[in-house]
Amino acid sequence: MLHIAILIPFLWAALIPLMRVLPRIHPGWAVLPVPVALFAYFISRMPQISSGETLAVTIPWMPGLGIDLSLVLDGWSLLFALLITGIGAFVVWYSMFYMGKTSNSIHNFYIYLLMFMGAMLGVVLSDNMMVLYAFWELTSVASFLLIAFWYRRERSRYGALKSMLITVFGGLAMFAGFNLLYTMTGTYSIREVAAQAGGLTDHPLFLPAMILVLLGAFTKSAQFPFHIWLPDAMEAPTPVSAYLHSATMVKAGLYLVARMSPIFAGAAEWFWIVSLTGLITLFYGSFKAIRQTDLKALLAYSTISQLGLIMSLLGIGSAAAFYTDPAQVAFFGLATTAAVFHLINHAVFKGSLFMVVGIVDHETGTRDLRRLGGLMKLMPVTFVIALIGSFSMAGLPPFSGFLSKEMFFTAMVNIRSFDALHAGSWMLVLPIIAWMASVFTFVYSMILVFKTFGGKVKNDQLDKLPHEASIGLLAAPVLLVSLALIFAFIPDTLSYALIDSATAAIRGGGTTPESVHVSIYFWHGWTPELWMTIGVVLVGLLLYLTYTRFRVLDREWSGRDTLNRLYNGGLSLLENGGRRTTDLYMTGSVRHYLIYIFLFLIAALGGTLLLSPDITFGMEDYAPITFYEVVLVIVMLAASAAVPFARSRVNAILFTGAAGYMVTALFLIFRAPDLALTQMIVETVSVILFLLCFKFLPKLKWEKEKPTFKWTNLIVAGGVGVTMTLIALAAMGSSPFEPISNYFLNESYELAGGKNVVNVILVDFRGFDTLFEIMVLGVASLGIYGLIKLGVKTTPEDEAANKAASHRLGFPLVSNDVILRTMSRVIVLIIISFSLYLFFAGHNNPGGGFIAALMTAAALSLLAVSFGMDTIRRVIRVDYRLMTAVGLSIAILTGAGSFLFDAPFLSQAFDYFYLPILGKTELATAVLFDLGVYLAVVGVVMNIIFTIKGED
Amino acid sequence: MEWIMAIAVGALFMIGVYLILSRSMLRVILGTSLLTHGVHLLLLTMAGLKRGAAPILGSGGDSYADPLPQALILTSIVINFGITALYFVLAYRAYQTRGTDEIDGMDASGKEAES
Repeated sequence: MLHIAILIPFLWAALIPLMRVLPRIHPGWAVLPVPVALFAYFISRMPQISSGETLAVTIPWMPGLGIDLSLVLDGWSLLFALLITGIGAFVVWYSMFYMGKTSNSIHNFYIYLLMFMGAMLGVVLSDNMMVLYAFWELTSVASFLLIAFWYRRERSRYGALKSMLITVFGGLAMFAGFNLLYTMTGTYSIREVAAQAGGLTDHPLFLPAMILVLLGAFTKSAQFPFHIWLPDAMEAPTPVSAYLHSATMVKAGLYLVARMSPIFAGAAEWFWIVSLTGLITLFYGSFKAIRQTDLKALLAYSTISQLGLIMSLLGIGSAAAFYTDPAQVAFFGLATTAAVFHLINHAVFKGSLFMVVGIVDHETGTRDLRRLGGLMKLMPVTFVIALIGSFSMAGLPPFSGFLSKEMFFTAMVNIRSFDALHAGSWMLVLPIIAWMASVFTFVYSMILVFKTFGGKVKNDQLDKLPHEASIGLLAAPVLLVSLALIFAFIPDTLSYALIDSATAAIRGGGTTPESVHVSIYFWHGWTPELWMTIGVVLVGLLLYLTYTRFRVLDREWSGRDTLNRLYNGGLSLLENGGRRTTDLYMTGSVRHYLIYIFLFLIAALGGTLLLSPDITFGMEDYAPITFYEVVLVIVMLAASAAVPFARSRVNAILFTGAAGYMVTALFLIFRAPDLALTQMIVETVSVILFLLCFKFLPKLKWEKEKPTFKWTNLIVAGGVGVTMTLIALAAMGSSPFEPISNYFLNESYELAGGKNVVNVILVDFRGFDTLFEIMVLGVASLGIYGLIKLGVKTTPEDEAANKAASHRLGFPLVSNDVILRTMSRVIVLIIISFSLYLFFAGHNNPGGGFIAALMTAAALSLLAVSFGMDTIRRVIRVDYRLMTAVGLSIAILTGAGSFLFDAPFLSQAFDYFYLPILGKTELATAVLFDLGVYLAVVGVVMNIIFTIKGED
Repeated sequence: MEWIMAIAVGALFMIGVYLILSRSMLRVILGTSLLTHGVHLLLLTMAGLKRGAAPILGSGGDSYADPLPQALILTSIVINFGITALYFVLAYRAYQTRGTDEIDGMDASGKEAES
């Protein structure tokens, strides 16, 4: 059921877009049942949980990684689940009256809200740290989307990005911390880690893990100095501020600190870091809140401050872990109870105050304190809500905030006698800071209610005369704030139902709700706490009346302070620095990029070669050197070296061709007849292609380059050359693996029935490679076709110029050589017959589909040269692109045919048959596959040639 | 023989890279062709040269040359043909629309052609 509880909001969110078909109904009505039903479910679990039980469900997810979807519902999770669904219900109700239904994006709003609800439930129910982390980041994403809800506003985007960057930074730190905990304990389960907690304290990773986890908690809960994102998050619609940024999401950090307390409590660092960060945040936030002129900004700093208060209580509550005497444990453990109680109270009064501010904004059109005043008479109900909320926040009786504030003071007074860390009289600093912060809290609470509702209406400052909000808008805050009153009178009921079981879960270590029970009541006698409250009220009143005279307190908030400047500066430094660094080497010059690639190749390959110990260069038994080979190599190198110096296109192409023919000869000498055949035909067809194409290319200019340009090229090229020579030598000298070639030699005839091993590898052993290869060819030919025929915009003048140019350069490609024309009729037939022979011989002798296809294409090209393209096109009416497709299909179908025999793709079969006339004949499916290759390659080559030539 | 081929391979790579780094597209294309020759000879040389007969079973002798690099090279030759053809057409088209065959003189907006 717990899984379903998390899943429901996500599933529901997927259905929200369907509400578009009912434009008259506000989509909020469709959303409202989700939090209400979930709230009812969690309430129904309460008796079970408050009696000390826990619900646990585990679904295996990635057991190999120790990540399971394990959910646990204990007192602390239940409290949060109730807050998320309860406040969620109020907020959804409120938003229906706050957000108009006409807006198109209202559906998005509810999708984000439901997504947040599900993610937040996931955070508080997950026992597995990785799952918790995932949900944790999902809440950040939801928060980002909701802050940027009015994304056309620059401030909204700024605020959303800021909150995202800061909380995700913290989330990553927390992720690292979780993994350190995993390293220490071997489990991601929080409960299992807590069970091993005693033995972890001395581990060297204990402190880093603690600090990293705390970074996550502090960024999420807007603790100083990471609080800067929360005021900017106020750009979100007010229901979102009430929900995410005061009642639930920002409390995830508190949730985590409390959840991790059983693991870390008892470490001195934990006590000091959590308590002091909390206190500093409490003090800083309350001080800054006084200086705000925008009501939402005031509430934002107030939230920061209150989160700090709860954080400090969690830290101080960890003092109990230093003691074993039950009396002393209870004495210091009171702080934890206070934290839980205040967390509930804060959600109640801050939620309602945000709604009040939303109403004021809605009715008056402004949230600026300088323009507001005197709304008491115009909006009496709103005023009463604000009054109760503010008094509860200020810690005044008879509201629940008073009770938790008293407990806070008690905890601060008690901590003076904390002696386990030998801090002595320094402990007195804690209650003093706490008391001063409470004075500030009192002052800003008064500002909030009396500067808005007291005094006179500033009609000249307002666009319209405000009046009381509608009942629908008021309903949610009225109900919510009445809880502040109800809780105040039944604190013990609340204590038994929720607070005790939550406290027990935080304290851990076998505590039960009964053993941590604290009775909460109003009158304790004339205790120091009561005097502190009286002092807060007196000094606070004095300060409220006079604070405008202190420049420190009344300076208008400019929206910039040191921390924000640091954030903005850091961000732009990263952005600009990143851009500049990139601009430095991403020059847009292809040559530069190539140089980087080549330099990297030299460094990586050359470095590896020189540094690896087991590499020997060269071999012992070199093959003998013969005169012809040396001559061939020298001619090849001379032809190649002449290419850069060639002054005309034809020369350059011919030199390259010469080098190619020398390579052909070398193939022949080195026992590779198939290669020699292929290379020879490819060289021939290539030269034809070059000649078809090259007249359209510009004349080769003598490179008039600066010496630096040439020398750079030469050095890079030389480096690559040397590296490659070294690689060749190294490959000869060291062979760390047994070559697989023998397998092919041994099995070629047995398994594939072919004697030409190279051909067998191509069509049988490595048939898949060949299939892809002809596909690449097909794609290349289509690319050529596309480049020539499609999408090239030319202006009419260009076209005319081109026509004139091609006419002038007229290259009809019809030879007028009678001998050639006569001879080619015969020769072509011979060539084609020979290519057919090569095709069929290929399995056992040099040849094969590739070679035959290239030869056929060469024959057709020869015809084209002698008789002209058009003649050939008329005589041989073949669509070569179709031919390629047919070839590819045959190859694929041959491969797929093996499925019929339950064999893997491209399994080839062969057998011998006795056919009439031919006698014993071998028939192999490989031949069919080769036919596909043949057709595809002929199609590709002819398509290329005809496309290029068909251009003009 | 192998060490001579190793040096020849290095030289082919050097010339190929040098051409690829130049500005003219035609040189770049020819450079890739020479580079491919280098790659092919490198593959062939790695396995050792002239060790046994051509890998046609029954053509004589007990030992055969390594067939695997030959299969690789055969594939490479044919692919290289397709790629070279594509480069050529690309260069030709670029020259036609941009009015230059210098690689760095082109930019995506085609300002060169307009000016």
